[in-house]
Amino acid sequence: MKTQFLMTTTALVVTFGAVAQADTLRLLTWGGYAPEEVVAKFEEQTGHTVEVTKSNNEEMIAKLRATGGGGFDLAQPSQDRIAGPQAEFGIYKPMDLSKIDADLFIPSMLEATKGNTTVGGDVYGVPHIWGTSGLVVDTAQAASVKDYTDLCNDDVAGKVSYRLKRPTLIGFAFAMGEDPFAAYGDPAKYEEVMAKVEEALIACKANVKTYWGGGDELMGLVRSGEVVASMAWDTGGWKLNEDNPDVTFLAPASGALGWVDTFALPAKGKADDVAYEWINFVMQPEVAAMITAAAGNFTASKGADEFASDELKARYQASFPPEAIDNIKWYPPVPAGLEVIEGGVLDRVKAAN
Amino acid sequence: MKSGARLGLILLLTPLLLWLVLLILIPHVDMFLVSLRERVGVGEYQVSLANYLTFFQEPLYLWTFLRTAVMSIMATLITLLIAFPVSYFIAKIARGRSRSALFLLCLVPFWVSELVRTFGWMILLRETGIISNLLQWAGLVSGPVEMLYNDAAIMVGLVYTSMLFMVVPLVTTLESLPDEVIEAGYDLGGTNTSVMREIVIPHAAPGIVSGSIVVFMLSLGNYLTPTMLGGKDSLWFTELIYSQFIVRFNWELGAAFGFMLLLLSSLIVWGMLRLTGQTLERTMG
Repeated sequence: MKTQFLMTTTALVVTFGAVAQADTLRLLTWGGYAPEEVVAKFEEQTGHTVEVTKSNNEEMIAKLRATGGGGFDLAQPSQDRIAGPQAEFGIYKPMDLSKIDADLFIPSMLEATKGNTTVGGDVYGVPHIWGTSGLVVDTAQAASVKDYTDLCNDDVAGKVSYRLKRPTLIGFAFAMGEDPFAAYGDPAKYEEVMAKVEEALIACKANVKTYWGGGDELMGLVRSGEVVASMAWDTGGWKLNEDNPDVTFLAPASGALGWVDTFALPAKGKADDVAYEWINFVMQPEVAAMITAAAGNFTASKGADEFASDELKARYQASFPPEAIDNIKWYPPVPAGLEVIEGGVLDRVKAAN
Repeated sequence: MKSGARLGLILLLTPLLLWLVLLILIPHVDMFLVSLRERVGVGEYQVSLANYLTFFQEPLYLWTFLRTAVMSIMATLITLLIAFPVSYFIAKIARGRSRSALFLLCLVPFWVSELVRTFGWMILLRETGIISNLLQWAGLVSGPVEMLYNDAAIMVGLVYTSMLFMVVPLVTTLESLPDEVIEAGYDLGGTNTSVMREIVIPHAAPGIVSGSIVVFMLSLGNYLTPTMLGGKDSLWFTELIYSQFIVRFNWELGAAFGFMLLLLSSLIVWGMLRLTGQTLERTMG
């Protein structure tokens, strides 16, 4: 009865479009960031509808670039991938911070993200979900793997995997004693660092079973036992840990790589107010905890940790002793044009025999 | 009356023209313009041929294209070798219901998407997969065998994916060959080989050529099969285009690659037609 009433109201509102109380929010996000129950709760409370499109960093930017920032009302790129594409393609619009309830956020994370996503004095992003990438290791079979470069050890030959993407380049650079983030501003120096990484990755290629492309592919490889050590996201490791206690996420000795996924408004978004409503809605501790349960990652919502399940907390603490948390390398904003250097390296690694 | 017929023709042509202009011509022109841009600074571009130069100067890209072309030609030949006897059997030997049943069998795998079919091959070929386990169970090998992530796996996938597109034109052309002509060949003292060489293959030539063109283009432009089955060593030209567009944000180079693919593949098809003495008109007519 209630749904019928709701549907009638929605139909009425849609018919008299001028009322414009109920809008559609076209959300461009990652898998798990907008679980069905959260969407349903939001729709019930506000009367708006939410259309979720799942994607990843590169595809988000490519999609928004193709339309000049249209087609979506809210996007969730990582904080290091906002400033560069914004300067280059102008695909986002500045955030009106007065419309965001800052009290819902962990203050340090909010400030850091604001700083990293500032272009020309305007802030383009606020934090949502954070996590790390590091190593997923079957401790029973690959005990020697403690850092990214250990994936090239002889005792795990043919049984390792990683993504052929930029996190791998960065991770290997750190493990080899370089500091790629310090070289971000200096293309010549960065090229030098990347050349060393390229050499290492080519030498390591015989060790690799295959380069994984998506999370599900990695899960399949590790579950079947074909891969015993891989570079991966923390949540992937924790999910695998549920099935096989030997497999877990390991913060590498040189430091896990920390990322923060944000909220950013596409330049031609048509429902900014709904977007702000959505942000303030999902940052409430109880809702944020629902998202943590679905995505496996923690959010920037203040107080949501208390609602997280004990199992997840236990896994998190096992993977991250306090010193490993201090050692997390947070991605600084990627300057425009850096991808071209990395692209050349990745192409050559892929082509090497 | 005449103007009426003309109006009718225009009306009939409109959907086709709209399709061609809006969905094929305009995007290609736009893509071509993008390929002529060179990034000189943040958000600044100038007209130049730099992207095409990159293609020829970086041996990696040319090499990848050559590899893709050679593998596609091989896939086409293998598909032809497998599809010809199958088509001959369906068109000339099988009769009645078994004939429809056989044709249907060729068709059935295409009712599911390419992704699912490729996953099927991954389940068969992987280290913990069915074939590996079967070989171990039979005692033919001592440990698990990895059959995925190499060129042979890509080839299997490509041939499997394009089989139907070879069988259909071959069956159609072979069906149009009257049985009497073949019988006459035997009556005049022809052997199996000479009948095949002098009568069947020349008659089927247009079907062979059109099937080969389709299969070659499908293999060359395939993205999914080489990426999934080839793994770390796939290295397919379409993959390069994808990564330029999506991963590197380098649309300019990606567009130039796209045009090189169009140009070089057309050149290969043209060269093959010349080499075999066929023309596009005969193939299509």
